[in-house]
Amino acid sequence: MTKELHRPLPRSWWLRKATYFQFMIRELTSLAVLAYTGLMIWALLSSSSDAADFPEFFDFLTGPLSVWLHMIVLALALFHTGTWIALTPKVLVLWRDDERVEPDVIAGANATLFLVISGAVWWLVMG
Amino acid sequence: MSSGRDRTAPLFWLLFAGGGTASAMLLPVMVAITGIAVPAGWIGEDDLAALLRNPITRIVLVGLVFLFLFHWAHRFRYALVDLGLGWLGKQAWLFYGLAIAGTIVAGLTALRL
Repeated sequence: MTKELHRPLPRSWWLRKATYFQFMIRELTSLAVLAYTGLMIWALLSSSSDAADFPEFFDFLTGPLSVWLHMIVLALALFHTGTWIALTPKVLVLWRDDERVEPDVIAGANATLFLVISGAVWWLVMG
Repeated sequence: MSSGRDRTAPLFWLLFAGGGTASAMLLPVMVAITGIAVPAGWIGEDDLAALLRNPITRIVLVGLVFLFLFHWAHRFRYALVDLGLGWLGKQAWLFYGLAIAGTIVAGLTALRL
C-alpha cells in the first residue's frame, strides 16, 4: 500500500497573490450570472398573463436595492466578458494558409462582436 | 459505464462554453437595460411589460436561462472544489438538477402568455 503524498492547501490560497485572486473572481462571476438568471425568471413569471405582480417587479427594478445589485452584477459581468474574450484566441486557433491568425486579431474580432451585439440589443429595446 | 470514464463530461463542458459565450456577449447590455435604463425612466412600465410579453423575447429568455444556468452550475462547481469545498462541488446532480429545474420553470412560465 502506498499512501498518496498530499500537502494540504489552506482555503485562503487565492488571497495570496493578485493573479490567484483574479482567477477566483473570474470563477465567481458565475454567481452574477446565476443572480441575473433569477431576475430573468422573475421577469417571465411576473409578466405572464395570469400574474398580477408586474408592478411589484417594476417597483423592485426602480428601487435603490436593485440599482446597487445591478452595479455589482454589471462589474462582474464586464469582468467575465473581458476574461472570456481574452481566452478566445486559446480556444479558437485559426489558420490562414500556413500562417496562424494572430491571437490579438481573434480577441479583437470578439471584442468588436461584443460591442456590435450590445449596441444592437440596446437599439432594439430602447429604439 | 464499463470504462469508468464520465461520458457526460463533454456535454457539460459544451453547455458551460455556450453559456459563457452567451453571457459574455449579452449580460452587460441586459444588466444595463434593467439596471440603468429602467430606473432612469428611459423605458416605462408598460413598455417593459410589452417587451416581456413579446413571444420572441420569451423564447430568447428561456434559451438564455438554460445556457446561463448550465454555465453557472459547471463553473461554480469547480470554484467550490478550488475553495476547499469539494464535497459540495462534487454533487453534480445538485447543480445540474437546479439548472434543469430553473429551465423547466422558465419554459413553463414562458408558455403562459
